[in-house]
Amino acid sequence: MEFFQAFANMTAASFAQHMANGISLGSLYAMIAIGYTMVYGILLMINFAHGDIVMMACYFAFFGITVFHIPWFMTFIGTIIATALLGVVIERAAYRPLRDAPKNSVLISAIGASFLLENLANYLFSGRPMRFPDIPLLSQNIAVGGGVQIQAICFVIPVITIISLVVLLHIVNHTKTGMAMRAVSKDYEIARVMGINIDNVISITFAIGSAMAAIGAIMWGIRYPGITPMLGVMPGLKCFVAAVVGGIGNIKGAVLGGFILGLGEILIVAFFPQLSGYRDAFAFIVLILILYYKPTGLLGETTTEKV
Amino acid sequence: MTMKKRNLLLSIIAVIVLFGVANFVQLEMDAYIRRIVNLCMIYAIIGLSMNITNGFVGQFALGQAGFMAVGAYVVGIFTVPVAMRPGVFYATPMNPAIINIYMPLGVALIVGGLLAALIAFVIGTPVLRLRGDYLAIATLGFSEIIRIVITNASSITNGALGIKNIPPLNDVRIIFLATLITFILITLLINSSYGRAFKAIREDEIAAEAMGIDLFYHKNLAFMISAFFAGIGGGLYGALLGTVDPKNFLFTLTYNFLLIIVLGGMGSITGSMLGAVIVTAGLEYLRVFDEPLELFGMAIPLFRPGFRMVMFSVLLMFCVLFWRKGIMGTEEFTWDKFVNFCKHPLAYFTKKGAHAE
Amino acid sequence: MNVLKTNSITMQFGGVIAVNELAIDVNEHEIVALIGPNGAGKTTAFNMITGVYKPTSGTVQYTDVQGNQIDITGKKPSDIAKLGIARTFQNIRLFKELSVYENVMIAKHLHLKANFLAATLHLPGYNKEQAEAEASVEKLLKSVNLWELRNEKASALPYGQQRHLEIVRALATEPRLLLLDEPAAGMNPKETEELTAFIRQIRDQYNLTIFLIEHHMDLVMEISDRIYVLDFGMTIAQGDPQSIQNNQRVITAYLGEDEDA
Repeated sequence: MEFFQAFANMTAASFAQHMANGISLGSLYAMIAIGYTMVYGILLMINFAHGDIVMMACYFAFFGITVFHIPWFMTFIGTIIATALLGVVIERAAYRPLRDAPKNSVLISAIGASFLLENLANYLFSGRPMRFPDIPLLSQNIAVGGGVQIQAICFVIPVITIISLVVLLHIVNHTKTGMAMRAVSKDYEIARVMGINIDNVISITFAIGSAMAAIGAIMWGIRYPGITPMLGVMPGLKCFVAAVVGGIGNIKGAVLGGFILGLGEILIVAFFPQLSGYRDAFAFIVLILILYYKPTGLLGETTTEKV
Repeated sequence: MTMKKRNLLLSIIAVIVLFGVANFVQLEMDAYIRRIVNLCMIYAIIGLSMNITNGFVGQFALGQAGFMAVGAYVVGIFTVPVAMRPGVFYATPMNPAIINIYMPLGVALIVGGLLAALIAFVIGTPVLRLRGDYLAIATLGFSEIIRIVITNASSITNGALGIKNIPPLNDVRIIFLATLITFILITLLINSSYGRAFKAIREDEIAAEAMGIDLFYHKNLAFMISAFFAGIGGGLYGALLGTVDPKNFLFTLTYNFLLIIVLGGMGSITGSMLGAVIVTAGLEYLRVFDEPLELFGMAIPLFRPGFRMVMFSVLLMFCVLFWRKGIMGTEEFTWDKFVNFCKHPLAYFTKKGAHAE
Repeated sequence: MNVLKTNSITMQFGGVIAVNELAIDVNEHEIVALIGPNGAGKTTAFNMITGVYKPTSGTVQYTDVQGNQIDITGKKPSDIAKLGIARTFQNIRLFKELSVYENVMIAKHLHLKANFLAATLHLPGYNKEQAEAEASVEKLLKSVNLWELRNEKASALPYGQQRHLEIVRALATEPRLLLLDEPAAGMNPKETEELTAFIRQIRDQYNLTIFLIEHHMDLVMEISDRIYVLDFGMTIAQGDPQSIQNNQRVITAYLGEDEDA
């Protein structure tokens, strides 16, 4: 009943607004989920710190523009580079020493890295929310009629996501580096024997995944300007879920999963306003359903463990 | 006197001595010390509970904060005297179905534990069938969902306002007894045939299955038992604080117990006990890091709020990277080793780690 | 009467057919061997029988002590073990960090009737069951001279003893049918000879039916009542040791294999 009421009350303009919200949130999830899926594809580990890498990228951009007054365009490029480096450093420091350790140790190390980044941000930047700087044009609202306004960035986010995805798929499918990455994710040992420098491939994977996260983080900051040290936690968990929903290890799957979660989350709240308190629960319910009915995810392949 | 009898006697003496210490703390120490000692013991209960799944069955679950919240809220909801409830639930009136149900603390603890176990069953049924590493994310997520539900179910939980006026449990001796019972029960469980089955799953799932151990049943059982004790621990935690609030049970709380079991040794009961004391007392004493520090008239710039948690996370990383086995590894403290150590204290250091049979 | 019978079981991994329409039967008290070059699909066959893999097609039938025919196709490995089928693994899968004694005691768990509460509280019923299990494990370990080493970690044992321990662990489940996956792998001729005697001894002592995979032809030829030969997933021969030794197809399949084996 309430659903129909909510639906009936919805004008075309407000529907457009919900769709814009959903698509932009979905795109942001997709950008972050790519990093999870790439790392999992190669190292078979959940990079718990990935959400916190997003958070750090937001702070990098914040400091570049607000504190050091670097032009926003330069800051964004700097942020992407710095975040990629951060991803590589985390892998070197926290994951590489445990390459041959039991899987649970790596998982704990990843949690430790995540917790360290959160606490470090809290210590260095304080826990008070900071306001992500307004970016000319992108932060402005555009009136779409019916008294509804949509932020300009909402139109830009999907475009940038698609461009990034195309570039990434080109790298993975048509370059030598990409071939090495696919080889390592297919069979770690054989790739090593074939003379592929595993360490380099892993570093590049972390760099690319973190760069994608940085692009996502910048757009995130413009869209949702309140930044705090815990900002990356919930998106991080949800984006891992998105990667699992799409089929872990599969880049297109991560994007699909990101859109399903982002759109789903926004539309459920739009149609069932009384459920808005449970918004964050949506992703985990989807996770349980997908693991139950299709554990390999929507686009994942079935594998059999060798005994 | 046989070894077994001697060990039992030593254990009984140890319990009496420790109870004496608890009694002394209760009667002679100030409220601050009492609080730390109580917290150590409650963290030990929850650390032990987490060690069942993570240390003994080798399943990486991160839901402890959520199960604690369940236990704490059952205590919060049902032990507040009926007359005081309208004052606590001043924003949203309490649901009439439960407004007159009162439970004494002991009953509420057990109910909280059982409810946590039931929730663990509901979560575990879909999740435990699947790959181990998804369990970490799924349990973390569910721990947050429990919190979200608590925040939203205002007529039962008082929502974001939390529940105040819980009759405080401020007796070190009672918490000591609860910890002792938990310790004994978990030790007995781990030393039973079921405990061996758990360890078999940790060592090799495929071989365990081939030996007739039903993976799903045993993982779920361990998960439920773990949730049960986390619920009990959470209930005691709520009673100790005297108030519960959804913010007390953020998933980062679980990381405390993770550090406890990693530091103490994954798969060691006595290790978890040690870990709990070190981590809880350590976190308390690390508070100096959050205070401004002056040395020779110069303010040391590092020391300001937040530094303590930075040190905490560095410690966790350090343990995993360089000291993976923790203090005890999968070993246990036993009287035999202790007696041997007392007889030949030097031999222990010369033959590092070797124990005479 | 057959204890185990597979009806044209096939296992397909993607486009690869690992085992093609395998039909074997193993009779009570027999020792039957499954041989074939590396990659012939022998272990895959074991995995289908013990429930690790679900066959793409075909069924596996097992006859229990009471003579009931049970379709065990695709059942859980633990349920199959409970019905009385125990196995060892090609690349030894002991519980490495646990003691020798615990390794064998774990195999007794499937017979435990007491629930976890009774076990935790060590109620009399549970204690009685445990005492019986302990006595039987002690006997088993003494029979293979591992009793003295019971408190050692399984991974600390020499290789040959690990193989023995794995067999003893399987025996502790009190099976009716024992599957041995390359029990003599990595053993020298003397050890292989001892193992041959041991397998025969346990078969008689515990009234077992044994189905084994092996590369050591001396052992296979000496011990087996019947042999199945697998090559590229297909059964290329079956019969008693004599007829297999003289079978031209088997000799062709194995040419070159014997030199490096």
